Amino acid sequence: MSESFDVRRWRPGPLLPKRDERDFALTFVVAVLCLLACLTALTAIAADRGARGWSRQLTGSATIVVRPKGAESPDAAAARAAETLAGLKGVTEARALAKADAEELLEPWIGREALLEDLPVPRLVTVELHPETPASAQSLDAALQAAGLDASVDDHSRWIGDIERSAALIRWAAIGVFILIAAAAAATIAFATRAGLAARRDVIEVLHLSGAKAPFIARLFQARFARMSAVAGLFGAAGAAMIGAGLRLAGGGAGLAPVLPLVWSDLAWLLPCPVIAALTAALAARGVAIRLTGELAG
Amino acid sequence: MRYGRAPETLKDIAFALPAGSFHFLTGPSGAGKSSLLKLIYLAHRASRGRVELFGRDVSTIRAADQPMIRRRIGVVFQEFRMLEHLSVFDNVALPLRIAGRKPDSYRNDIAELLAWVGLEKRMHALPATLSGGEKQRLGIARAVVNRPDLLLADEPTGNVDHEMALRILRLFVELNRMGTTVLIASHDDDLVAHARKSVLRLERGRLLAPPSASIGNRGGEL
Ligand SMILES: Nc1ncnc2c1ncn2[C@@H]1O[C@H](COP(=O)(O)OP(=O)(O)OP(=O)(O)O)[C@@H](O)[C@H]1O
Ligand SMILES: [Mg+2]
Repeated sequence: MSESFDVRRWRPGPLLPKRDERDFALTFVVAVLCLLACLTALTAIAADRGARGWSRQLTGSATIVVRPKGAESPDAAAARAAETLAGLKGVTEARALAKADAEELLEPWIGREALLEDLPVPRLVTVELHPETPASAQSLDAALQAAGLDASVDDHSRWIGDIERSAALIRWAAIGVFILIAAAAAATIAFATRAGLAARRDVIEVLHLSGAKAPFIARLFQARFARMSAVAGLFGAAGAAMIGAGLRLAGGGAGLAPVLPLVWSDLAWLLPCPVIAALTAALAARGVAIRLTGELAG
Repeated sequence: MRYGRAPETLKDIAFALPAGSFHFLTGPSGAGKSSLLKLIYLAHRASRGRVELFGRDVSTIRAADQPMIRRRIGVVFQEFRMLEHLSVFDNVALPLRIAGRKPDSYRNDIAELLAWVGLEKRMHALPATLSGGEKQRLGIARAVVNRPDLLLADEPTGNVDHEMALRILRLFVELNRMGTTVLIASHDDDLVAHARKSVLRLERGRLLAPPSASIGNRGGEL
């Protein structure tokens, strides 16, 4: 059975027995955790992009409410306001909305009955701002005052603030969930390391009595679980990539825009997943293995 | 020393083994021979008293300092303690691997050593497929492969015939001649008589006959 043993070709065998029935279950659990972590990351990225898109649209425009004053008709006042603003620096277009348009916009707010014919309905002027050098709300305000118009400027900053707050919340929630998932993965690996050390106590004791230091023994578990978690991370990331690609395709050309706008390059963020999984596993395994081997030393 | 809350297994034991000496440890089964060896190879701590190795008090040694001491001690365990998933060759290589040596620096030495203990045909075999005597010889090969300063052997000839026992004894004597201190726990009275070395006798945890050669510790081995 060993007649063909060639001393020159001998390579040191693995100090830990190779496979274990637990390995598959563990790989599966870590892969699922990696999948969840990846989906969390993708959601955060998409939500961030969505929020940025919305606030860009809002930043690029302003709405002016013009109240007729004196003898000037509301329409005339609005037209004059639009004219005044169109000439300003940082404004690309200013357009007075017709009465019907204004009523349509106002109806949800004040109701149809209130829109009486003789009520001085304020007129709206929408202003498109220059994308690079937008005019500020103050400069619009100053120009309107100089023209003797009673008007108020809404540069949407309140909405932008809301959107940015929501985006920040989503971002922090995603980071929190991500950390929780990583911690769960680390705890799983720590548990598996503990079980592995217990199951291989005979091997560990022999290594220990032969003068192996705790880090030497820890490295065995570290390497094993890092490798296993890297594979699990690869599967998890691949799963998340497939889901991401599915969303991208299902949502048409622009992805699920504007709800969760994903672009193909976002999937690149999944690439570090196996590395992060391996590092997390290695750290968890190392911590447990060194502590338990230390206890063995008594 | 004691195991858990049991009464003391070993007590009032005081002896010193000068560096380079050769001793047998005898006594009836259960006398505490294996326990005494465990104290020396740091598998157990003395509940009281002092164990000194290589001129150093190891009864209070830090865990981090134990491995370097252990690497200077070769142990033949009564219950073999092999890595069952690895070959005979791998098992013998273990202490050298742990010491950080490169395979090329020792592969021929191991082959030679295995031939010496008569396992040259079993280098690829798993320990479970060896006979009791073969396992014993494997254990001896692993214990001596890194030329330890101190060799502790617990019943190293319990499973081999007289001829093989003498062969193993010659290996120990050879090692001893090269400077290794040897302590062999043995039931084999023939072997002990044949070797004509100093004998420590343990009975019910007490040392009966300290080796005359080492009474009066001169700061020696143990
Ligand atoms: N791990 C242990 N836990 C508790 N008691 C133990 C343990 N190992 C040994 N003992 C006890 O310590 C005493 C000495 O045992 P030890 O193994 O040292 O004897 P021994 O001289 O080596 O015997 P043998 O010749 O049969 O190998 C015995 O009473 C035994 O029951
Ligand atoms: Mg014994």
